Amino acid sequence: MSAESYAWTAHEIRDAVTSGAVSARAVAESYLARIEACDQKVQAYVDVWAESALAQADAVDARLARGEDVGPLAGVPVGLKDLFCTKQGFTTCCSKILKGYRSPFDATVVERLADAGAVFLGKLNMDEFAMGSSTENSAVQVTRNPWNLACVPGGSSGGSAAAVAADECAFALGSDTGGSIRQPAACCGCVGLKPTYGRVSRYGLVAFASSLDQVGPLTKDVEDCALAMNVLSGRDERDSTSADLPVGDFTAALRPDAKGLRIGLPKEYFTDALGADMREKIEAAVSALEGQGAEVVEVSLPHTEYAVAVYYIICTAEASANLARFDGVRYGHRAAAAADVEELYRRTKTEGFGPEVQRRILLGTYVLSSGYYDAYYSKAQRVRSLIRKDFLDAFEQCDVIVGPTSPTPAFRLGEKTADPLEMYLSDIYTISINLAGIPAMSMPCGLTESGLPAGLQIMGKPFDEATILRVGYAYEQNRGLDMGRPAVA
Amino acid sequence: MEYEAVIGMEVHVELNTDSKVFCGCSTDFDAPPNTNVCPVCLGMPGVLPVINRMAVEYSVAAGLALGCTISRWSKMDRKNYFYPDLAKNYQISQYDLPLTYDGSLEIEVDGVRKRIGITRAHLEEDTARNTHSLGGGVSGVDFNRSGVALLEIVSEPDIRSAAEAFAYLTALKQILQYLGVSDCNMEEGSLRAEANISLRPVGATEFGTKTEVKNVASFSGTQRAIEYEIARQRAILEEGGAVLQETRGWDADRGVTVSQRSKESAHDYRYFPEPDLVPLAVDEAWEATIRETLPELPQARRDRFMEQYGLPAYDTGVLTADRAMADYFEAVVEAGAEPKQAGNWVMGDLQKLLADGDVPIGECRVEPDGLAAMIGLIDKGVISGKIAKDVLAEMFATGKAPGTVVEQRGLVQISDADELAEVARAVIEANPGPAGDYRGGKKNALGFLVGQMMKATKGKANPKLANELLQHELEKG
Ligand SMILES: [Zn+2]
Repeated sequence: MSAESYAWTAHEIRDAVTSGAVSARAVAESYLARIEACDQKVQAYVDVWAESALAQADAVDARLARGEDVGPLAGVPVGLKDLFCTKQGFTTCCSKILKGYRSPFDATVVERLADAGAVFLGKLNMDEFAMGSSTENSAVQVTRNPWNLACVPGGSSGGSAAAVAADECAFALGSDTGGSIRQPAACCGCVGLKPTYGRVSRYGLVAFASSLDQVGPLTKDVEDCALAMNVLSGRDERDSTSADLPVGDFTAALRPDAKGLRIGLPKEYFTDALGADMREKIEAAVSALEGQGAEVVEVSLPHTEYAVAVYYIICTAEASANLARFDGVRYGHRAAAAADVEELYRRTKTEGFGPEVQRRILLGTYVLSSGYYDAYYSKAQRVRSLIRKDFLDAFEQCDVIVGPTSPTPAFRLGEKTADPLEMYLSDIYTISINLAGIPAMSMPCGLTESGLPAGLQIMGKPFDEATILRVGYAYEQNRGLDMGRPAVA
Repeated sequence: MEYEAVIGMEVHVELNTDSKVFCGCSTDFDAPPNTNVCPVCLGMPGVLPVINRMAVEYSVAAGLALGCTISRWSKMDRKNYFYPDLAKNYQISQYDLPLTYDGSLEIEVDGVRKRIGITRAHLEEDTARNTHSLGGGVSGVDFNRSGVALLEIVSEPDIRSAAEAFAYLTALKQILQYLGVSDCNMEEGSLRAEANISLRPVGATEFGTKTEVKNVASFSGTQRAIEYEIARQRAILEEGGAVLQETRGWDADRGVTVSQRSKESAHDYRYFPEPDLVPLAVDEAWEATIRETLPELPQARRDRFMEQYGLPAYDTGVLTADRAMADYFEAVVEAGAEPKQAGNWVMGDLQKLLADGDVPIGECRVEPDGLAAMIGLIDKGVISGKIAKDVLAEMFATGKAPGTVVEQRGLVQISDADELAEVARAVIEANPGPAGDYRGGKKNALGFLVGQMMKATKGKANPKLANELLQHELEKG
């Protein structure tokens, strides 16, 4: 284990802190120093909470000294995507319209992390309101990929992925509406899990598309992912869509082999759209799993080609309503000297929302309009059920489905900003999962020729994150490649 | 040409649940502005609604009382429009799958009973209140009311006159008050009514162009607004003109409806299913549990009062108009009073005392068994009916038992024949004129003399005995 605790995983930190090998304060100081050293280049954080992080670490140390229970994440430094409501600091979704906004409450997941002994390092950059695949839509700053500072970290949880990859936090919280945890995790070489819809409470997650949004962790390894899921999961009375199902211990399911597991490869994911380099990495990972005892079967997800269209109807429709509340009346940016309430709305939104957010609000308003609802929204919902059925049918033949997370590795900054449709295609392998509501995890499976991480996506049955984690762990323990860490500092 | 009016009503009632429909805030909207609010009903970023089970049960109870079918599967929808009183800039309402639908309500106008169809009754949230009275070019919004549960009850276009609309509102209010699901106070805004009005030639089956009349603050105002609107539309049609489809506001001061918004600028609400809430599933067992809690409804109670107590139709109507009043009446009978007498006292003197003092019956200091005991004192001849009026007034003011009032004020009726005979002789002596008249054959002079006897005894003379003794004394000599 490295001398520098910022390089440790969350479970290593927790063990070291709990056993008294290191103080929570020392870990927090190590991370704060790392942020100090790297973040000018990476630009992952939009707000660093140094003082309160040290105070939280001291509180963990004090509880330990008194022999009290310190929780499963004792002293683990965590970063939060800037769309989780926190009483501390600001909650801006990296939008001008919420500049300076302070939430009066903590998100349920933030409460759960705090109760588990986590130490919060601050808020992380993201595409404005989680709309984007490169974090370039942030109104605050441009985050760079720690593996190559000329490349994007992916998005929308780009700040979360970059911070984990650069060891600027032990793990980060992200949100995933169409791939926003998994695609940046793939781009930055970390583990990122989008849980089953309803597994984790959305209370305090600023909504983008309510029927698709899920909260999940971005971590350095699979065990950390399981550990974080233990803390995050479970019913919340404040979120009616959260599932009242037993959670169990995800770390207990981790085993270093894949014996008896059937892995489905969807033929629709292995087409020309997938780069040869990327394809090779995925196939190698599948072989490694076969070597661990897994059986591989081909499956079909016949409605895959409609996923992007369906997604951009449903998510924009929901977003158009979710973002309607940002009107300058009660909080956030308010246009100055508007003559009447209509002008107040128009100018507040024009000044406050960036171009991609405005584009999606307009699209969503259009697809819900009288005369278009049946042709767009209603039809999209019907196709959405077919997409879900595709997965449920495929899971008759296998325990998990495996494929790429993204068609390409991280692209260069500015490469796709001029063409929104090109940008949307970054998520072709991830958005079906949100439409189907099932869980999926991205984890690194080597570096491409360009030296950038490739992401392997493991999709599971509803509420069966345990099997995804088990497969991921089996691969991680036996993949036979050391990707190393990006050299940022 | 003869025209007939075709009217449908849309009524919003605030359900009187303790907390709001999607958060735990109190529904006391009279509290200082923006004190009963939380992140949910303020529409802060990151919040989620959680439906209030009681609001669903109240809605189902109302649906059942209106003979509606209860949806086994319904859902909430978002109704999108921008207005500063709407915290999220969408209202959580119900679009195509209301909680309850397809019922009816019986009304009675001029002795004729008629059923008005109920299309649907659905659950939604109330908005905040804007105020423009702050001065300085500033408008304020009070979110205390934001998120209070509303039930919207939509009728079929079965109403044919302003009087029927009035009867419909009265019957609806009565049922909802019986259920205890709403105060239905139009002045305080806990009941709001809108009327869709059109005219068509008598005998026609197609509907004419309708207008929607809003902003009415009372039932009688609604009746006047509808009468006005019918006359306005008739005048247009008789001149060969066309009615414009629009929303019109009632101007109570001027007694006219005024155009507010034409159809061209009507909102496109862009309804879609609320993704933050799971579908509402009211299964048969839950429906049955709610049905068991339903009280006897006004119509059934009226019928039973006539049957069980032998009361006339008019009396049963008055006594059952208000559930608490009807409960009170039955408690008086239960305590031993004869029903007709009990009804007369409740509808007459007690009702007047309550109205004069602006006291709700629930706070009346005369307990039902107190009133029954007072009626018992009359029956036993302890006090006269006339004295009883004073006794009741004192009971109402002080909460004392009737026996105590009678005793403390010495109001016991004089039924001692010797004592009263003496008074009778004194009265005859003091009033030789009327006494002579009586003896001369003018028998109605007796009334005056009885009055004098009552006056002499401060009302305590047993009237029947006084009458007999006077006649006896007069005829004796
Ligand atoms: Zn509230």
